[in-house]
Amino acid sequence: MFEQAGLSTVNLGLVRGQLESSKPARGLYVKFPLGRPLGRPNDAPFQTAVLTAAFDLLSRDDAPFIVDFPESIADEGDEPASCPIPPRHDPDLHPAIDEARGLRNAYQRNLDATGRTLLGRVTTPDVDGVVTLVDKIIRLEAGESLDDIGIDSATAIAAGQDIRAYYEEAGLQLTDSTGSRALESWFYSVTEAGQLIRRAQKVMKEKGTADDFTVQYILPGTQAR
Amino acid sequence: MLRKAVGELPSPEFPAYSTPLDTPLSEAKVAIVTTAGLKHRGEVELWQPGDGSYTVIPSSERDLQLSHFSPNFDRSGIAADLNVVYPIDRLHDMADAGIIGSVAERHLSFMGAQFDFASIIQDSAPRAAQELVDDGVDVVIFVPV
Repeated sequence: MFEQAGLSTVNLGLVRGQLESSKPARGLYVKFPLGRPLGRPNDAPFQTAVLTAAFDLLSRDDAPFIVDFPESIADEGDEPASCPIPPRHDPDLHPAIDEARGLRNAYQRNLDATGRTLLGRVTTPDVDGVVTLVDKIIRLEAGESLDDIGIDSATAIAAGQDIRAYYEEAGLQLTDSTGSRALESWFYSVTEAGQLIRRAQKVMKEKGTADDFTVQYILPGTQAR
Repeated sequence: MLRKAVGELPSPEFPAYSTPLDTPLSEAKVAIVTTAGLKHRGEVELWQPGDGSYTVIPSSERDLQLSHFSPNFDRSGIAADLNVVYPIDRLHDMADAGIIGSVAERHLSFMGAQFDFASIIQDSAPRAAQELVDDGVDVVIFVPV
């Protein structure tokens, strides 16, 4: 459609099968982790090399074709990032809430350093907003339904992602390990909040307190047990 | 496993068609079309499967919200560096270096992980393409998420 409109296009593709079936005019298969089509964050030379390889395809006159980018990057999600968890501070708080509060300085450092945050889809972009969402997940784990809590499926899924964003952004300040999905694995397998989401998913599934779509997408498929 | 499953999903059939670039790349205006599901900060509507709309992103904007509904991809890279899914700063670098002619004033984001492409094929994609044509864009780089 874009080509038919008169635009010359180049298509990066993370999934070769999908690239092959969609038959772009000029496809560049990049065997990089899902979510990282330009390869590595904060690596301008590498990203530029990917773009250069893509734009080089424009000089060929034998479209459609697919070319493989010569370098691949492995997913590192099997090994959780090595991130310190804040020590318990207030024993009267739920462990996940206490933990989330303990990460607020790391989160703020990342916000100050980058000027951006992915937190804030369904809450305020601060620790209080995260605590509000963690509280909702606590209630889901306790067996309450989405209706009981007053949220819909989209909000529940986005809530899980907002909490994850807060943790991963805090984690960026606590570890040198920024490989793909390493922080995801840390969040869901090491932190109280991530394990809370995992337990809540189990409860929702067993008790039928949420629809199948919510159960499926509140947790990445790579973290399903 | 997920990559394999995605690769086996059925894809719409498109007729083979290509538009040769008839201007040197060093004179071409380049736009990004990403499926990262980027929205402007403060847009509260959550992007869901079946929503084939797109966000128009001014070239200068960086404070974008990742509104992609799927949890099934690495998000820490995007948190660390927007360019990993929306290489806008890299395009500006390449324009400054004379490798590309210029960076488009506007770029687009759809949301990937769609299960039904009808509204995109019939409506939003042709409109999106026309917007870029109207902006004088020569080259589009598609960035999948």
